[in-house]
Amino acid sequence: MPTYPNQRGRFGQFGGMYVPETLMPAIHELDLIYQKIKRDKTFQLEFQTCLKNFVGRPTPLYFAERLTKTLGGAKIYLKREDLCHTGAHKINNTVGQALLTRRMKKKRVIAETGAGQHGVAVATVAAMFGLEAEIYMGTEDMERQSLNVFRMRLLGSKVTGVNAGSRTLKDAISEAMRDWTTNVATTHYLLGSVLGAHPYPMMIRDFQSVIGREARKQILAAEGRLPHCLVACVGGGSNSIGLFYPFVKDTKVKMVGVEAGGLGIESGKHAARFSGGKPGVLHGTMTYLLQDKDGQVNPTHSVSAGLDYPAVGPEHSFYHDTERIHYTSATDQEALAAFDLLSQTEGIIPALESAHAVAEVVKLAPTMKKNQILIMNLSGRGDKDVQQIAEMRGIPL
Amino acid sequence: MKNRIQETFNDLQAKGEKALIPYIMAGDPSLEVTESLVLTLAEAGADVIELGVPFSDPIADGPVIQQAAERALKSGTTLKKILSTVRSLRTKTNVPLIFMAYYNTILTMGLKNFCEQAVSAGVDGVIVPDVPPEESDELCQATKAAGGPVVIFLLAPTSTPPRRKDVIQRTHGFIYYVSLTGITGAQLPDLTQVKKNVQTIQKMGKKPVAVGFGIATPEQAHNVAQFADGVIIGSALVRNIAEHHQDPDFLSNIKATTENLKAALR
Repeated sequence: MPTYPNQRGRFGQFGGMYVPETLMPAIHELDLIYQKIKRDKTFQLEFQTCLKNFVGRPTPLYFAERLTKTLGGAKIYLKREDLCHTGAHKINNTVGQALLTRRMKKKRVIAETGAGQHGVAVATVAAMFGLEAEIYMGTEDMERQSLNVFRMRLLGSKVTGVNAGSRTLKDAISEAMRDWTTNVATTHYLLGSVLGAHPYPMMIRDFQSVIGREARKQILAAEGRLPHCLVACVGGGSNSIGLFYPFVKDTKVKMVGVEAGGLGIESGKHAARFSGGKPGVLHGTMTYLLQDKDGQVNPTHSVSAGLDYPAVGPEHSFYHDTERIHYTSATDQEALAAFDLLSQTEGIIPALESAHAVAEVVKLAPTMKKNQILIMNLSGRGDKDVQQIAEMRGIPL
Repeated sequence: MKNRIQETFNDLQAKGEKALIPYIMAGDPSLEVTESLVLTLAEAGADVIELGVPFSDPIADGPVIQQAAERALKSGTTLKKILSTVRSLRTKTNVPLIFMAYYNTILTMGLKNFCEQAVSAGVDGVIVPDVPPEESDELCQATKAAGGPVVIFLLAPTSTPPRRKDVIQRTHGFIYYVSLTGITGAQLPDLTQVKKNVQTIQKMGKKPVAVGFGIATPEQAHNVAQFADGVIIGSALVRNIAEHHQDPDFLSNIKATTENLKAALR
C-alpha cells in the first residue's frame, strides 16, 4: 500500500500547492524543514514532552456506559480530546507548529480561526513560546464566539476581524494568506486544519495522529481487539484524520466522517462538501468544494462555526473517492439534540462541532451489535458554546 | 507560436517605448462598461489590457480588487459572459487581451473548453495567480493543444534563481514581475531592488519583463519604465472606475489619465 501524499503533496488527484509565486519559496522551505524534523529525534522528543506536560496527554479513552445503555447497541468509547489543555484537539497541532516556528527562527505567527478553538490554541502556544501572534476571525464568528475572542486577547494575541465575503472561516483564511504573502520573511502561517497547500495537510495530520495512536493502544489494552467503527466530525478535518489515520490500514475498521448538515442538505444551507460539492481549488489545495456552476465558492451554513467551511482537507476527498471512509452529515437540530443528550447522560458538555459526531453515534450505535465497539472522537468541550445555545433558547444569562 | 503579445513587445522595442498594461475587473460595474473601457484604454495608448475574471475568494488581491470582484459578481458576471464580451470587442479592436483568473473559475469550465473558447474569442494570454509553475502542467498542455492563450507566469522578490530560470523557459509572452512581497494595491517599494531583480531576469532570458503591484501614478510608471519593458496599473485604475463610473465625463477622464500614463512610458 503506497503512502500518501506523494512528493508533490498529492493524495490521488487531490492536494497540491496552489499558491501565488510569492509564497512558493516559503512552502518549499516548510516542506524541507518538516521532512527533516519528522526524522529528527530531538524534535520528536521535544514534541512528545510538550504533549505530555503542557497539553496533558495521553487523553483518556472513556467508556460511555450510560450513553451505551441509552442507545442500546455498540459499546461506545469517547476519545477525550476535550480534556486537552485549552479544551480541544487543536493544541496538538499548534504545539508542533510552534516548535517548528522556533526551528525556523521566525518570531511571528498568524492564524485563522472559526469557532475560536484554533485561535485560542495558537494564542496559548504563542504565549508559551514567546511568539507574536495575530489571529484572523470573521466578524460573524467573532459575534457567536465572543468568549473565545476574549480568551485570545487575554493570552496576549491580536485578534483581527475580517469583514469580507461571508465573514466566516473561509474569509479568515483568505486574509491570513494575504498577511502571510506580505510578511512571509518573518512570519509562519500556523494553519489550523488539514487544509491549504502541501505540506500543511500532511504535517497537520501527522501532528494530530497522536489521537489515533493513543486510541489504538488504549482500546487494545481495554478490549484486546480493534474497534468496529470510528466516528468523528469533519470541518477541515483535522480531528477526524487524527483519529482515523493510524487505523487506515486496518481495513476491517469502519470510519465515518460527519459533516455539518446545517438546515438540511435539501435546503442548500449546509457545509456538507460530500453532499453537493465537487472537486475544485480553494486556499491552495484541490479538494471537494461547495461551489456554483461558475466555480464561485458557495456560502455555507452551520450552527457550529468550526464546521462552517466550504472545502475539506484533500486527504478526506481521497478517502471519500476511494471509499475508505464513509461521509455523512448531521443537521443543526440533530447536533443540538445530541449536545443535550451527551451532557445529560454522561456529564460531558461537547463542543457543537463534536456534537455532530455524537448525533451520528445516536443513529449508528443502535444498529450495531452489543459486542461491537465504536470509538467517537470527542474533539472539544462545549463551554464556548453555552452562551450561544442559551441565546438560541431565549434564556438570558 | 507568434502571438499578439509578443508582436506588441517587439514593436514597442523597435520604437523605444515601454508597454502600458492596464488592469480592469471585467463586469465592474457591468460588462457594457467594461467593453467601452477596453476601447477607451486601447484608443488612449494601452498596449495590452488585462481583464480580471471575478472570483469569490481572491487570495492574491487587496481590498480594492476584492471589492471590484464582489461588484462584478453581483452584476452577474461569469467567465462565459466575459468571453462573449471579448468576441464583441474583437470586431472593434486588436489590442492584446489577457485574462487574470483564479484557477477554480477556469477549472470549472474545463481547461480544454476554456482554452478553445478563449482562442476562438481572441484572448491572447492568461495569468492564473494561484497556479505556480509546479502545478501548471495541465494548464500548459491545454493551452498548447488549443493553440493558445499563452500562460503568463509571475516572479516575485522571493523567487529563487532556479524558479526564475524555470519561469523564463516557460514564458511565451512576457514575465509578470511582482514589485513587492505582498498583495495587489500595496505601496510601491524603493525601486533599487526591483531594478536589480528585473535586470537580472532580463539578462537571464531575453524575455520582456513587465512590473506590476503598487504602481499608481505617471511618475511611478516613468521610474519603473527606466528598466522594465512594461508597467501594469491595476488597483489605482480599478479604484478610479469604482469612484467615477457614474460621472458624465467618466470615459474622457479615463482616456486622459491613460494618455498621461502612456506619455510617461515614451
